[in-house]
Amino acid sequence: MIHARRSILVPSIMAFGFAFLYVPILAMIGYSFNNSRLVTVWDSANSPTLKWYSALWRNQQVLDAAWLSFRIALLNATGAAILGTLAGLVLARFGRFRGRTLLTALTTAPLVMPEVITGLSLLLLFVAMEQAIGWPASRGVTTLTIAHITFSLSYVAVIVQSRLAGFDLSLEEAAMDLGARPVTVFLRITLPLIAPAIVSGWLLAFTLSWDDLVISQFVAGPGSSTLPMVIFSKVRLGVTPDINALATLMVLTVAVGVVIATVLLRRQERRRERDLRLAAGAD
Amino acid sequence: MTAADNGAASAPLSAAQPCVRIEGVTKRFGEFTAVDDVSLDIQEGEIFCLLGGSGCGKTTLLRMLAGFEQPSAGRILIDGQDMAGIAPYERPVNMMFQSYALFPHMTVQANVAFGLEQEKLPKDQIAQRVEAMLSLVRLDGMAQRKPHQLSGGQRQRVALARALVKRPRLLLLDEPLGALDRKLREHTQFELLGLQKQLGVTFVVVTHDQEEAMTLANRIGVMDRGRIVQVGSPRDIYEYPSTRFVADFIGSVNLFEGRLTEDEADYVRVACPELPAPVLVDHGVSAAPDATVWVAIRPEKIQLLRERPEVADNIAQGTVRDVAYMGDMSIYLVVLPVGRELRVTRANLQRKEEEIFESGDAVWLAWDAASPVVGTG
Repeated sequence: MIHARRSILVPSIMAFGFAFLYVPILAMIGYSFNNSRLVTVWDSANSPTLKWYSALWRNQQVLDAAWLSFRIALLNATGAAILGTLAGLVLARFGRFRGRTLLTALTTAPLVMPEVITGLSLLLLFVAMEQAIGWPASRGVTTLTIAHITFSLSYVAVIVQSRLAGFDLSLEEAAMDLGARPVTVFLRITLPLIAPAIVSGWLLAFTLSWDDLVISQFVAGPGSSTLPMVIFSKVRLGVTPDINALATLMVLTVAVGVVIATVLLRRQERRRERDLRLAAGAD
Repeated sequence: MTAADNGAASAPLSAAQPCVRIEGVTKRFGEFTAVDDVSLDIQEGEIFCLLGGSGCGKTTLLRMLAGFEQPSAGRILIDGQDMAGIAPYERPVNMMFQSYALFPHMTVQANVAFGLEQEKLPKDQIAQRVEAMLSLVRLDGMAQRKPHQLSGGQRQRVALARALVKRPRLLLLDEPLGALDRKLREHTQFELLGLQKQLGVTFVVVTHDQEEAMTLANRIGVMDRGRIVQVGSPRDIYEYPSTRFVADFIGSVNLFEGRLTEDEADYVRVACPELPAPVLVDHGVSAAPDATVWVAIRPEKIQLLRERPEVADNIAQGTVRDVAYMGDMSIYLVVLPVGRELRVTRANLQRKEEEIFESGDAVWLAWDAASPVVGTG
């Protein structure tokens, strides 16, 4: 009896959980194909339609914002991947050094810091810098990219650090023993082996930048509205169906990035487990 | 292919100069002394085994030879050249790691070629040497596989090939057979010996397995708590252990405490409280009369007899408590009246042993004056 009851209970709890998470998004995706101007009225006679998607395509404001967001996300992901990898390497490899605790705190702080605080303090910094040294000259792509890098590099650092924590140090020693100098060891042994972690960090940084709103609000200047900012300002004037279409496209982009990052990390995890098993001679 | 054509050998070779000289090397990690004032010479073409339990400092000593650790005190010379401040990638030394440390993202071919690529050799020469080395370790046809597609024994051979293809002056092996199963170990042991003879490379092997040390080594250095306690051939170490630790560590042994009663140049007599008769040993010992000494008798050197032999020394009476039949030999546990248990082994030479001792039998134990070892350390 207990078994029978549990066999119903578990799937229904799961169904509820999934519904809670995904019904709003699915509803939004559904309504993005709605023909009606009124967001909550389903015009069953003329739906589904792609007219809101084609309307987006003709909306220069949205297209500009999307292009801007895309460029910032690319720059941010690349910068965060490089800096985050370096931070992860230092944290995982350099043992106990002066200021290590401080560095750990600094790299993890953006993960827990309220975005409003991060945004505000960055804005203050940029304004002060502009007055002091004249750079960055105005708020726009540069400030947005710098701001995004500051918080997304933490994610890359954490991913790279955890990958290095399970890294067999004797691989690097073996390479050195075979005559490779430290730079060669890094480029030919360490980097290829942590590459999946860096790539998934890159993708994560890309999606974080792609949908950031709060920090962007603070550091963006006139004429540099990112896609989430455009959506937000449009929604304040009332939700229109083309927003649904736009949001659907954004969800799609983020989902693709996250799925690829997850698959990469999982495959790498499996490979590591296999290597460990082999090293233990348990095969 | 001989050791002499290694390009890294800078000093002229002479017969008198050892391949490796370790002079008073000490390594401390904070408060802990891992290696304590070790001095050692390792000759050209030798297989030298560092044997000891875990934490005895053998791996630290090996890592200092490879250059991964720097000595806190003392010097390491390879071919007469001081290795202080010389990085691992500049030493004429290669190492085979316990975990093999094969690069998982490279093929067998790329793994073996890696070291030669660092020497900036021409491509065709690298390919040629890799191929020759792979066929030497019987891995032809495996060149394009990845390490995870190989069996344990094959991975061990890739690791060996990767280290040997550099033609090092000195090959360091960290528990080379540790990850292999028993059958494969024995086979690989002889293969390793064959390769060493063929290439003439000096081997330094680290192991905790005395069987591995005995079969591989020309000389063994037994280590205990950071110090080398005895250096000698496998036979010396087994038959003439210089300290109680060595006697106990190598093989199985029956150890007794005793008091020196007669101390002559060519023989000694020891009174052991646990044995009814004195122990007569046919070699002298440098100790004061009445000194407390230890006596070690190997299980295979004790005879089992039904009747009391007509001698006054080197006998004991007891009862067989357990017999373990191992096929090639049998192990007998004999209890003396004082409660002390002795281990005796007998080779099963004939299929049907004429005299069978069973548990509960009363037996006499006897041994030669040449069999026991006596010492003070």
